[in-house]
Amino acid sequence: MVFFWAFVVGGALCVIGQLLMDLTSYKFTSAHVLVTFVTAGAVISALGLYQPLVKLAGAGATVPLTGFGHLLAQGAINGVKENGILGAFSGGVASAAAGITAAVVFGYLAALAFKPRG
Amino acid sequence: MAASKKNGSQTVWFENPPVIISTASVVGPMEGEGPLGKTFDKVFNDTYCGEETWEKAEQRLMLDAMKKALQKANLQENDIDFMLAGDLLNQIISANFTARALSIPFIGLYGACSTMYESMALGSMLIDGGFAERVLVGASSHYSTAERQFRFPTELGVQRPMTAQWTVTGAGAAVLAGRGSGPVITHATIGKVIDMGQGDPQDMGAAMAPAAADTIARHFQDTGRTCDYYDLIFTGDLGSYGKKLAEQLLKQKGYDISERFTDCGILIYSGAQDVHAGGSGCGCSAVVTCGYLIERLKAGRYKRLLGIGTGALMSPCSVQQGETIPGIGHGVVIEAR
Repeated sequence: MVFFWAFVVGGALCVIGQLLMDLTSYKFTSAHVLVTFVTAGAVISALGLYQPLVKLAGAGATVPLTGFGHLLAQGAINGVKENGILGAFSGGVASAAAGITAAVVFGYLAALAFKPRG
Repeated sequence: MAASKKNGSQTVWFENPPVIISTASVVGPMEGEGPLGKTFDKVFNDTYCGEETWEKAEQRLMLDAMKKALQKANLQENDIDFMLAGDLLNQIISANFTARALSIPFIGLYGACSTMYESMALGSMLIDGGFAERVLVGASSHYSTAERQFRFPTELGVQRPMTAQWTVTGAGAAVLAGRGSGPVITHATIGKVIDMGQGDPQDMGAAMAPAAADTIARHFQDTGRTCDYYDLIFTGDLGSYGKKLAEQLLKQKGYDISERFTDCGILIYSGAQDVHAGGSGCGCSAVVTCGYLIERLKAGRYKRLLGIGTGALMSPCSVQQGETIPGIGHGVVIEAR
């Protein structure tokens, strides 16, 4: 069942992104979708509405960009609980550290294997 | 006093029409697989063209086209008075670096995708003005160098809307001469920069169509001709949407050219190649003109052509700052002799 919900929720998030690109002016680019999704994910997460979605759909909710916003928001909230107000600045990136490091490492490995010239 | 070789406000005519004594076209793999594949002199089967980078590959395309044009005319570099060339890259490096390899006095041009027609118009003026006997002209573009400079990194995989066009990987070159055998250039209509407020860099056909339509209408007014005079009127790279728009704009001005109107960007790729609205780039009008169209003129299929090189004159910076895209169209009349 988790696969079904992962498909539905992950797919729905992508449909929203696609519609944002197709139905808005050319001035709303894929980069704007990226920023909008991360920010929206963080806001929804802070309101406590994203965690139930993750419970329901697993990777269907964590893999899309809104999941990254969720990770940042929850990290910041936990950071404040542990380290006070300074934790709001360090917590988000700390919780996303695995994802950020993976992007750097695999990006580097891909650059070694291919011609990164586009 | 009006200039003696100028007709109307934008058209010049040539007393001794310069002769296109040879042309050459060199393209990448996708253009070679297209419907005009057999009309090109050389087709590379790899977009690197044997070079390390795409920028160097574009220089290879232009250098090979220039050398091939000289070779077909049995000429050496020192037989040429001036070389006029340009491309799309910052500081027109493809043309500059090609001129570095050829030892010919060089005038660099930037007319965006209209550069081939700009170079033919100016080259003809140099010859008919008595300043040169032989002029080498040309232009180039490369899909990957243009994407990098004007759009997004290709790795980002940004979706292309149906109005987007595919930059042609290729270069065209021609030797113009005061005498010789071949088709001749009889008139040139220099375009004005026109901006109707279109700002989408993924829909450049619409940005350039008003300028193309304006130049065509101006050419008819300046010469007193109608479209019946020409066997074919073609634009450089308006693509399928831009071509329709240009047709509509000309109809509003009272000229119906739809029966004998086409666009190099539509000719160069087939629908199955999934390029959306068609080809674009300096190389588009350059290789279609120097390959297919000149071939058909020589074969007697066409006698009189009006070609409009079309250019979108924006930069990545102007687009990012929210500027709209100005367009230009330069017209050149090529007739079989």
